[in-house]
Amino acid sequence: MATLTARREPFGGFSFENCKRNAIVEGEANKSGWGLPAPRKTGTTICGLVYKDGVVLGADTRATEGMVVADKNCSKIHYISPNIYCCGAGTAADTEMTTQIISSNLELHSLSTGRLPRVATANRMLKQMLFRYQGYIGAALVLGGVDCNGPHLYSIYPHGSTDKLPYVTMGSGSLAAMAVFEDGYKPDLEEAEAKQLVRDAIAAGIFNDLGSGSNIDLCVITKGKVDYIRRHDEANKKGVRTGDYKYKRGTTGVLLKVVTPLSMEVVEETVQTMDVS
Amino acid sequence: MYFYSIPVAGLCPQGAYGVQDSLRSGFSSVKNELIPSHALELLEKNFQLNRDKMSLSTLRNIQGLHAPLKLQMEYRAAKQIQRLPFMQSSNLALDTLRGSDDAIGFEDILNDPAQSEVMGEPHLMMEYKLGLL
Repeated sequence: MATLTARREPFGGFSFENCKRNAIVEGEANKSGWGLPAPRKTGTTICGLVYKDGVVLGADTRATEGMVVADKNCSKIHYISPNIYCCGAGTAADTEMTTQIISSNLELHSLSTGRLPRVATANRMLKQMLFRYQGYIGAALVLGGVDCNGPHLYSIYPHGSTDKLPYVTMGSGSLAAMAVFEDGYKPDLEEAEAKQLVRDAIAAGIFNDLGSGSNIDLCVITKGKVDYIRRHDEANKKGVRTGDYKYKRGTTGVLLKVVTPLSMEVVEETVQTMDVS
Repeated sequence: MYFYSIPVAGLCPQGAYGVQDSLRSGFSSVKNELIPSHALELLEKNFQLNRDKMSLSTLRNIQGLHAPLKLQMEYRAAKQIQRLPFMQSSNLALDTLRGSDDAIGFEDILNDPAQSEVMGEPHLMMEYKLGLL
């Protein structure tokens, strides 16, 4: 054992040591007719739009895990740098880690150059990293920002290909959102119009794609200013029950009532806020 | 040695003299080599080598043969600055030379050898490095 560790080159990064074992396990499981559980399906609608003096990014807030909604209000617009944000679709952890790593790299880059990073730099870093991992990092991104050359918007596919377009959509609701963009996009929109169009596009994804839902997040990036609007619009308001099926107090007659006090000593008392999002 | 990518495992035993080193790494099993591993494993193993190969050949095309030779000499010198073999070296000089000192990748956050919880047997690793074992 010690001689084995003496020879091994220390390597960081992804570990492949269980891959062979998993291949054998999968073979055995297929032989028995059961097979291994399939990966969970994901679903998202994200989009972006270039308008007169900036970029608007939009995202829904549902985290889909197969047939289950894992999170009803997750945030899919990630920070890259003060002037660049990035929407992520695909595997949630992959989009999160990818944007965090690129964010760190860009921070180091802007510290060494002393300027705000450009969107093209972020795009190139992302596509080179995703291409290196050949699509196994399932991150489909919409990258938008404003730099010294004006507003830029890119869509980045998991295999590392990118498009630079005035309006882009990504994720399973991308077709619905793109249909809205194709219908309503005009060059040099005003900010209010742009926000409304992005809202409509995400709402189309939310209502027509089962993998997308809940609220609409927006991120408006202009030169020198970012307006991150979490829950810009609540697309699916929870309905109010019209009937009340609770029995009135005292409907059942009380025949006997015995109260046995438990002698307990209060040692500690804390109040915690409940997450009601 | 520096320039060659690592070929498919099994076709080229990694021991000294180019034969399977059964005493150190145990017997090789043909079946084990035939089971497919992850498609990325080989790519990742060769990534740094291939990148260096590409940048050095670009350098050769731009500046002539002397430039990659000189750079490789520096690489080799920087590679020799190491801690004792059972301790992870920071490779600061090498990283600076490669330009990877101001870059963060998955190798810096996942499975970082510098934060490994286990350490090789110091005596054995030192002997192995000196060629006694």
